[in-house]
Amino acid sequence: MKPSRVTTQRRLMRLLGTELPVAVILAFALLPWVWMMLSSIRPDAELTHSPIALIPSRLTLIHHIELLRRTNFIWNLRDSLVVASGAVALGLSLALPAAYAFSRFRFRGRGALRTGFLVINMFPVVMLILPLFVLMRELGLLDTYVALIAGHATFTLPFAIWLLTSYLDGIPQELDQAAMIDGATRLQALRLVVLPLALPGVVAVGIYLFITSWNEYLFALMLAGRNVRTVTVALQLFIGENQIQWGLLMAGGALVALPATILFLFAQRRLVGGLTGGAVKG
Amino acid sequence: MEGPLPPTPSLKGRGSSGALLPLPLRAWTAKRTKVGGSGRCFPRTHATPWLMLTPALSAAAIIVLLPVLDTLWMSIHDVILYRPRVRPFIGLANYAWAVADPVFWESLWHSLVWVVAAVSLQFTLGFIAALLLNRSFAWRAVARALIVVPWALPSVIIGLIWTWMLDFNLGVLNEIGVRLGLLSASVPWLAQSSTAMAGVILAIVWQGFPFFAVTLLAGLQAIPGELYEAASIDGAGAFGKFRHITLPGLAGVMATALLLRMIWVANSLDLILVMTGGGPGTATQTLPLHAFLTAWSGGNYGHGAALSVLLTLLLLGVVVAYVWRNRA
Repeated sequence: MKPSRVTTQRRLMRLLGTELPVAVILAFALLPWVWMMLSSIRPDAELTHSPIALIPSRLTLIHHIELLRRTNFIWNLRDSLVVASGAVALGLSLALPAAYAFSRFRFRGRGALRTGFLVINMFPVVMLILPLFVLMRELGLLDTYVALIAGHATFTLPFAIWLLTSYLDGIPQELDQAAMIDGATRLQALRLVVLPLALPGVVAVGIYLFITSWNEYLFALMLAGRNVRTVTVALQLFIGENQIQWGLLMAGGALVALPATILFLFAQRRLVGGLTGGAVKG
Repeated sequence: MEGPLPPTPSLKGRGSSGALLPLPLRAWTAKRTKVGGSGRCFPRTHATPWLMLTPALSAAAIIVLLPVLDTLWMSIHDVILYRPRVRPFIGLANYAWAVADPVFWESLWHSLVWVVAAVSLQFTLGFIAALLLNRSFAWRAVARALIVVPWALPSVIIGLIWTWMLDFNLGVLNEIGVRLGLLSASVPWLAQSSTAMAGVILAIVWQGFPFFAVTLLAGLQAIPGELYEAASIDGAGAFGKFRHITLPGLAGVMATALLLRMIWVANSLDLILVMTGGGPGTATQTLPLHAFLTAWSGGNYGHGAALSVLLTLLLLGVVVAYVWRNRA
């Protein structure tokens, strides 16, 4: 069957008016990322020759191997993993009870307090970082996991609390009431009834905490950097060395970006939904 | 951290500056969805909620409130890194120093350019993307998912990618520009004062436009389709619908997202720090970077603290507007 002229025209309109511009914007969003990945797997000879060829002649994992063998990057990855996991654990244990309180109780000062939490990350980091540096030094926590975990977990609190509150609001409170009538304490109701239902939301918030901490630079630079050196700080120090080795840098960038990208794509839907209020249907 | 999340979106704040996620949209969402509106309270003792809030409140007090007070204190004392024991009170002398320094005014100007250019370009591109992604086409779901990729990345890596692509000798953008005849010769984008700011703005636009795309797309989806149908029946054209339905329907989300983003971009310094360190010279030095470098490279905490306080005061209007829109 031949498509009618009108359909063909409409299809052409959609192609030129929608799909083509979307493709252009998507190319802008993705090509720099692709270029980094590509640069990390092409031989040095191609990276140091001007003009640079767009298409690699052959692919190699030499930069990745060299990075993990010759530098301390593997330990930086470990430090980042420990800090980010710690930030998830601490962040959730601070935010969950707070979100439960906001969701299930109406008490004096509730509104002001919720607003107060919002203000936390309105302060310029540069304003907090000097005193925090001094504080951590006095506590002997400078350059430890604890300093970074505490900093990251607290700075992500506003969003974590806000998002968790909206997830918990979506769980009927008749459920906790029923559990408590059946003899459960409030904590048991939270743990056995509410938490399992809120789990997808909790996981999404956990992923958010993880990525934010994994990606963070300024706290990691100022509050640690020698014994505990996260990947962002390590990469930045590579740039500082006099001879920039783009192959190594791009390999490092690729290793750091990949987990963040995958986790983000995985949790995106729920986080977006949570923020716009429609996430907690099921 | 500051990062990242987006307001609607998903995350991202930046943190970094990004945090990834922002908290946006809250007033707007609450109005529309009424999730858990009033009336679902447990009438209970008043101690329990406070007990549950104690850990979060303590953490916020130690990591945020205390340092803020400390910075205020330092800004009116003469605090020098190399002389930690003697810290005399000097009134507003640090502030007087700050505003007498031409670098302060230069940094303020750079901050203004940085915020206005970055946020307006991010917004424009994000808005166009949201409108397009709201139409239907076969691979829409894939496009919606992939558009967030820049947002998931750390500032350090974004700086790295763009420094590499803008490199004078080996940068792919110079190569493409020359091949297409757009450039007569390679340009040292980040190494000359006249183009360095454009280079860092390009990088932050890339990082931040997905935030607007996702936020505004969520806003578009919340506009009831019947409105458009009714308008069509009444004979409204595409522009009329855009002007009288889409724009008013999105106004709240737009305002929240813009305010939030302005605060982030104004506070962010890691991307510039990584790409140019404020240079060449002071060509890309914004106010937070000026405060940071004064305190750390200069060792003068008092001066750095005064600059941080000034930055906070300058942003206060935006912060108040944002909090007012999102008050619980």
